Amino acid sequence: MATATSVPTEAGPAGEPDATPARRRRSWRQLPIVHQLGQSVGLQRGMLVAGLVLMGVFLLTALFAPLLAPYEYGQLRDAEGLFGAQQSPSGDHLLGTTVGGYDVLSRVIWGSRTALYVIVVAVLLSIVAGVLLGLVSGYFGGWLDRVLVVIADAIYAFPALLLAIIVAIVISGGQSSLWGGILAAAISITVVFIPQYFRVVRAETVRIKAEAFVESARVIGASNRRIMLRHVLRNATRTLPLILTLNASEAILTLAGLGFLGFGIEATEAAEWGYDLQQSLSDVTSGIWWTSLFPGLAIVLVVLGLTLVGESLNDLADPRLRTRRRVADQEPAEEGEVAAVPGGALTRGPAGVGGLGVTVAGERPGTPASAGATGAEPADGQVAGPDVTGQDGGGTRS
Amino acid sequence: MTTTTTEPTGGTADPVGAPDPAPRRRRKGSGGLGSYLLVRFLLIFPTIFILVTTVFFLMRATGDPITAALGGRLPADQLAERVREAGYDRPLFTQYLEYLGALVQGDFGTTLSDRRPVLEVLTTFGIATLELTVYALIVAFIVGIPLGMLAAYSRDRFPDAVLRVFAILCYATPVFFAGLLLKLVFASGLGWLPVAGRASTGTEIELQFLDNPTGFYLIDAIQTGDWDVISDVLEHAVLPAIALGLLTAGIFLRLVRTNVIGTLGTGYVEAARSRGVAESRLLRKHAYRPALIPIITVMGLQIAILLVGAVLTETTFEWKGLGFQLAQYLQARDFVAVQGIVVLLAVIVAVTNFIVDIIAALIDPRVRY
Repeated sequence: MATATSVPTEAGPAGEPDATPARRRRSWRQLPIVHQLGQSVGLQRGMLVAGLVLMGVFLLTALFAPLLAPYEYGQLRDAEGLFGAQQSPSGDHLLGTTVGGYDVLSRVIWGSRTALYVIVVAVLLSIVAGVLLGLVSGYFGGWLDRVLVVIADAIYAFPALLLAIIVAIVISGGQSSLWGGILAAAISITVVFIPQYFRVVRAETVRIKAEAFVESARVIGASNRRIMLRHVLRNATRTLPLILTLNASEAILTLAGLGFLGFGIEATEAAEWGYDLQQSLSDVTSGIWWTSLFPGLAIVLVVLGLTLVGESLNDLADPRLRTRRRVADQEPAEEGEVAAVPGGALTRGPAGVGGLGVTVAGERPGTPASAGATGAEPADGQVAGPDVTGQDGGGTRS
Repeated sequence: MTTTTTEPTGGTADPVGAPDPAPRRRRKGSGGLGSYLLVRFLLIFPTIFILVTTVFFLMRATGDPITAALGGRLPADQLAERVREAGYDRPLFTQYLEYLGALVQGDFGTTLSDRRPVLEVLTTFGIATLELTVYALIVAFIVGIPLGMLAAYSRDRFPDAVLRVFAILCYATPVFFAGLLLKLVFASGLGWLPVAGRASTGTEIELQFLDNPTGFYLIDAIQTGDWDVISDVLEHAVLPAIALGLLTAGIFLRLVRTNVIGTLGTGYVEAARSRGVAESRLLRKHAYRPALIPIITVMGLQIAILLVGAVLTETTFEWKGLGFQLAQYLQARDFVAVQGIVVLLAVIVAVTNFIVDIIAALIDPRVRY
């Protein structure tokens, strides 16, 4: 159990709530985001704060959409009659109306709700599936592990948007209801992101499995399940917050991409930014800017917020990228953390994982890295660390 | 996607590596380049097989393509007749084997809407997508690499901050929105550049009269030797290339930045610095080159991103390539064509990944083991 306490800070949102009240008392500063906020300085803190603010605004907008939006997303007329199509911004319609005669501002606000649905569904599905598979695969090994790794690599290389198109066809036959569209985007994102969670958690699991404390737990007679959930999982979650933000932004971009290709959610079912952008394609040619600018900006701001947070978390976790505080200010807690990790290989410092590679590309599907990782672990017991890097392309950009 | 360019990929198991300061390297004497190439080559097949299988069964999970395309538009008995003719009423597994057999022979199916072999669609429109992708890559290199070095050089100072935000914005902006903005400003707003298309109608006609047109408009235009034609083609390419290129430029920028920062801290740079080598020279001569290796290794993944980006960019700019065509087939509900194009794109991604891995292995001996 030594470890469970030693790395609490890194435990992502996926980590289970702490059981002991004693720990909770001192741990509000150690909550994932709060801890990093304290750790950051200067520009990095600025980026993190900006990202958090954007995410906060997004969440509030989504939650209070009915109060904020002047009209319904599918509303075409009010007491004074039809809104009219392509009206430029005015007092009645602050951001103008679309080619279909909807109010742009209202649709932008309601669109945040649709985006939030997709994020929540996609992230939940892929975390649960990816983490479980990675845990089981890494812990038990064997042929199942190898098969899963090969499949994960194959899917990992597949562009998410193409997969999303296929899934959209399957789920809704290309028809676009609210939940049909949301599920299509969410499930395709899930399928593409499962390999990412899978790889990271699996690699960590394989590494942690060899640690002394797992050995001791087994000697005491703890069940596999208990070891996996209590000892391994809790220590394998440190890169999850980062993948999570990537996952969420991919979800939004894929939803918008689907909408833009005409697989979006119909205007009468819900507001969706990508769909609105597709509708505005012809407006752009005639110089009508308000129908495309605002839904597009909404997408950019949400993804920007998520990325800023993810980026900052990543940089803060990487000693080579973390803006250093002068030694005098250094929180001693941080040093303690390093030492507390049994095996010491976890993080930080030139000798740790961080010092090893300036690598970026990380292992890629099909490279011998992954092939090697299937079976043989390197002799010294170290395994490819959390390979978040490969991310850089697995998914799709929309 | 971009975010993490440098999460420490730890451990000795990771062979794709940029300069690795740690002394621990794993080199197996026996595993030379040859066996690596072989293994890597063989890995293509399970990848493609899994993708093809997944796509096939997903597409058929809801029914056959004919019902999907024509359902509701034809009386039930005629529909059943059509389905039977096309062989979609047979057991799914038989169809699957048949499909695989056809694929092996290079037959990707025939589109429902315009009755063309999917492979022909690819060869006709693929070249346009290739052209767009090449332009985008050029933009990405020109923008991404110098800016990345600048950001690394001015680490944590003002230019760095601006550039990092720029890189994140590149990622956060969907290509089609970037395209729409560019169109708004430079095409319909300022009127400097054409709104859409690969060339104006006059140019397209002229290009068709070439003896052996390649379909790569710039090459064809150069063949005509007519400066007006060349500039027309280039003008049409500017906005799509920027829209798609910036996406990748952001990724390159971050990659170069993090890796240059990484190499700047390594022993040999430190040694050069202690010899009194100027900072700017350190950056240009010492830290910069090894930092480019990761770019090559992510190129493979970039191809997947670029292809999907191309689908969306082409739709935005009516650039008549594969992606534009894919969107057309989607709207026509021609799922045979969609399936064919998707599978083809997957094959392209798998093969380019392979090629990029080979290049990476040739450049960096640590990749093969």
